Amino acid sequence: MGEPLLDIRNLESFYGPIMAIRGVSLKVEKGQIVTVLGANGAGKSTLLRTISGIMDPEKGQVLFNGREIQGQEPHKIVQQGIVHVPEGREVFPLLTVDENLTLGAYTRSDKVGVQRDREMVFEYFPILAERRGQEAGTLSGGQQQMLAIGRGLMLRPELMLLDEPSLGLSPLLVQEIFAILRRLNTQEHVTMMLVEQNAHIALDLADIGYVMEIGRIVMDGSAERLMQSEDIKSFYLGHQETSQRGERRWKRKKTWR
Amino acid sequence: MEFLQLLVSGLANGCVYGLIALGFVLIYKATEAVNFAQGDFMMLGAFVTLGLTNAEHMHLPFWLAAPLAIMIMAVLGYLLDFFVLRHLFGQSQTAVVILTIALGFVIRFVAGVIWGHEPQTLESPLAIGDIHLGSVVLGMADVAVIVVTVLMTLFLYQFFQRTKLGLAMQAASQNQMAAYYMGIPVKRVQGLIWGLSGATAAVAGILFASKGAIDPNAGLLGIKAFAAAVIGGFGSLPGALAGGLIIGVIEPFASRYFPAGYSQIAPYALLLIVLVVRPHGLFSQVRIKKV
Repeated sequence: MGEPLLDIRNLESFYGPIMAIRGVSLKVEKGQIVTVLGANGAGKSTLLRTISGIMDPEKGQVLFNGREIQGQEPHKIVQQGIVHVPEGREVFPLLTVDENLTLGAYTRSDKVGVQRDREMVFEYFPILAERRGQEAGTLSGGQQQMLAIGRGLMLRPELMLLDEPSLGLSPLLVQEIFAILRRLNTQEHVTMMLVEQNAHIALDLADIGYVMEIGRIVMDGSAERLMQSEDIKSFYLGHQETSQRGERRWKRKKTWR
Repeated sequence: MEFLQLLVSGLANGCVYGLIALGFVLIYKATEAVNFAQGDFMMLGAFVTLGLTNAEHMHLPFWLAAPLAIMIMAVLGYLLDFFVLRHLFGQSQTAVVILTIALGFVIRFVAGVIWGHEPQTLESPLAIGDIHLGSVVLGMADVAVIVVTVLMTLFLYQFFQRTKLGLAMQAASQNQMAAYYMGIPVKRVQGLIWGLSGATAAVAGILFASKGAIDPNAGLLGIKAFAAAVIGGFGSLPGALAGGLIIGVIEPFASRYFPAGYSQIAPYALLLIVLVVRPHGLFSQVRIKKV
């Protein structure tokens, strides 16, 4: 393989005095779906925010297509083709669905292409076409998540950063949205970096997985391999194991500790 | 007949309040800061126009001076954000509030030094003559103020609805974080909003000065406009205009039908009532965010 689309090297980020990311390195190849798993407060969202320029790293590099982009203004990073679909949707509540999509293409000036992509978004999310004149704040949670993803697609991104798209949605809706993400990856060739707490559905979708704990990557590998790993099974997939001594699950140590 | 006359002059005053209130709300929505110098911006806009067009100063034709003054105030607003307010990013709201109050004092002082503290009249073609409709006599200036405000409102509406920049301004004020995620240069957009509110203040100033004399203390009118913005629901542009009109109309009626002095406190009494009955204001756009 040539150079990776996104190459993060030894990244460190702080929230004030608190070190939220403690030397993270990872790679995303073109066309892949890479997932970063981890519990609350592991630093997953901080990692995405550092990539998209909302936060500046203290140390380390973020290389996109071989160019260093760390510490740049967010709109500069968007112009290079990285879009961040934030946690908790963050749509523009008083603007219509259509206007939200228009803003997704804010940095683009090719009107024809934008119109074509709007049609594409409506194809993947027909409900948005139905509601195109409605204020985004009046949509349901699942529809808002679809709008947030659709708005991200309007950039025609080379890399899409997705922060917990399953958050607060019913299992059925999560299935639906992840099925659409898979289609977007195979049909539109959108490269994705997906941050999730829901390890099961994320590993199911992704090619490569990383596991983060308190700011560090503690495990990585292909999604199939991670899915087979005992640690992942017991700590992230919630499988109960029955040991002979009746050992309690919470007493088990993780192998990386 | 008397009723109609009171109404028209009240509406004309209300338009000026409304335009200043619009400036308050524009900046508040975009940056969550309140610019307490907005009234003084209005006064400055009036004096800049006066300085450009009056015979004893530069004596430019009014129709050249007015757009020029609006542009100067827009640039001033942008530069103020660029050089001063942007550097307060992350500081507490109080810092911004105190800074803009201080800025108001500075503007009043500077205007006094340049143009003097005596009331002066703008040589405005809007101010000439009366309109006679049967037994009703309407001031030409009052009618012109109302017409210009209507045009300004339509312009702003079109701007926010139809242009990409207007849409980006709305986006940045509704969800600043998401605006960053969309690649909108939020800081520049906020600067442009300061520029827009400077321009709006200049229009208000020109209209105000066309209706009567101005002096450097005219900016204190901003307090009434602030009340108007609160009544309309701080954060709603149509609300700001409506609040201004309500206050403007209440004043002449209160002074006509109530004992002397009541017209002074009428706007604030109304403000109190609105705050008690509808704390979000009459036209607020409060939505609860879905999780």
